[in-house]
Amino acid sequence: MPKCLDCDAEIILKPDVEAGEIVDCPDCGTEFEVRSLDPVNLEHAPQEEEDWGE
Amino acid sequence: MRLGVLCSIVRKEEKLIFEALRERGVDFEKIDDRELSLDLHNRSFPWDIVLERAVNHARALHTLKLFNDRGLPTINTWDVANICGDKVLTTNALVRAQVPTPKTIVAYTPESALSAIETLGYPVVLKPAVGSWGRLVARANDRHAAEALLEHKQILGSYHHSIFYIQEYVEKSGRDIRAFVVGNKTICAIYRMSDHWITNTARGATTANCPVTDELNEICVAAANAVGGGILAVDVFESERGLQVNEVNYTMEFRNSIDVTGVPIHERIVDYTLAVGETSAPTV
Repeated sequence: MPKCLDCDAEIILKPDVEAGEIVDCPDCGTEFEVRSLDPVNLEHAPQEEEDWGE
Repeated sequence: MRLGVLCSIVRKEEKLIFEALRERGVDFEKIDDRELSLDLHNRSFPWDIVLERAVNHARALHTLKLFNDRGLPTINTWDVANICGDKVLTTNALVRAQVPTPKTIVAYTPESALSAIETLGYPVVLKPAVGSWGRLVARANDRHAAEALLEHKQILGSYHHSIFYIQEYVEKSGRDIRAFVVGNKTICAIYRMSDHWITNTARGATTANCPVTDELNEICVAAANAVGGGILAVDVFESERGLQVNEVNYTMEFRNSIDVTGVPIHERIVDYTLAVGETSAPTV
């Protein structure tokens, strides 16, 4: 089970999680991006940039 | 047909689209723009059509241009993204197509911008030409606020923040309309309600279903076609002068609108994408 890179809490991924999805640490709230699923690799979520949007 | 879906981070919207594609057995590939390296001399791609769902406007814009110029069809097209990604170009397209839209003036210096603001009268709204989610949208209620805003934008902002997009303030009684256009139909719409004058859901607005009247459908489809057509979210004010189109978004977010409207927007996006894909083979 992946762990928070900041507080070491366990992060439970839902069965339908997608690579590229943003997940939260249940303890400290830090956001992570699931960069890969096999193996599971979490990285700190990218910060919002000026041209982000819809 | 092989479909590419251009994105980076996967929002709720992309996840729903992926699920719909898998349920239908569509052959698709997620194209992560962070992993792309596009050889400008290459003219072939492993996809027949690409659905653009990138959160970065600049990456989407360049990628769509490179794809379209090499004959790869995309939804939406580069032309649409180019217009919708720039509020000056969007308003210009709406005015050119005679779609009702709030009065807008563009100026390039603080002095000419202040003059334009005083022409429109207070309050007035200043927006970055490129931006989304209500970011850096500012309302100036008087000359002092306008002068301060213009000075801050000029000194603290990068050069494109000195392309001053000045829009009349439209009293909207705490709500506006977000309508979803797919092809030539407004498939559903929501009211976005907030005590704040900015009613983006990204800024905490609540939502409710908005019936799609003939009038709303007509103005939204006209707005979508004015910017080139495709899959678009049209923001509409209910003003004293009737419905007016505020903005048109080309990579629309809809996570808060499916339950409210009862319309599976992601399924309609997939329907349209597959239909276009079946009829538009790559041209190169």
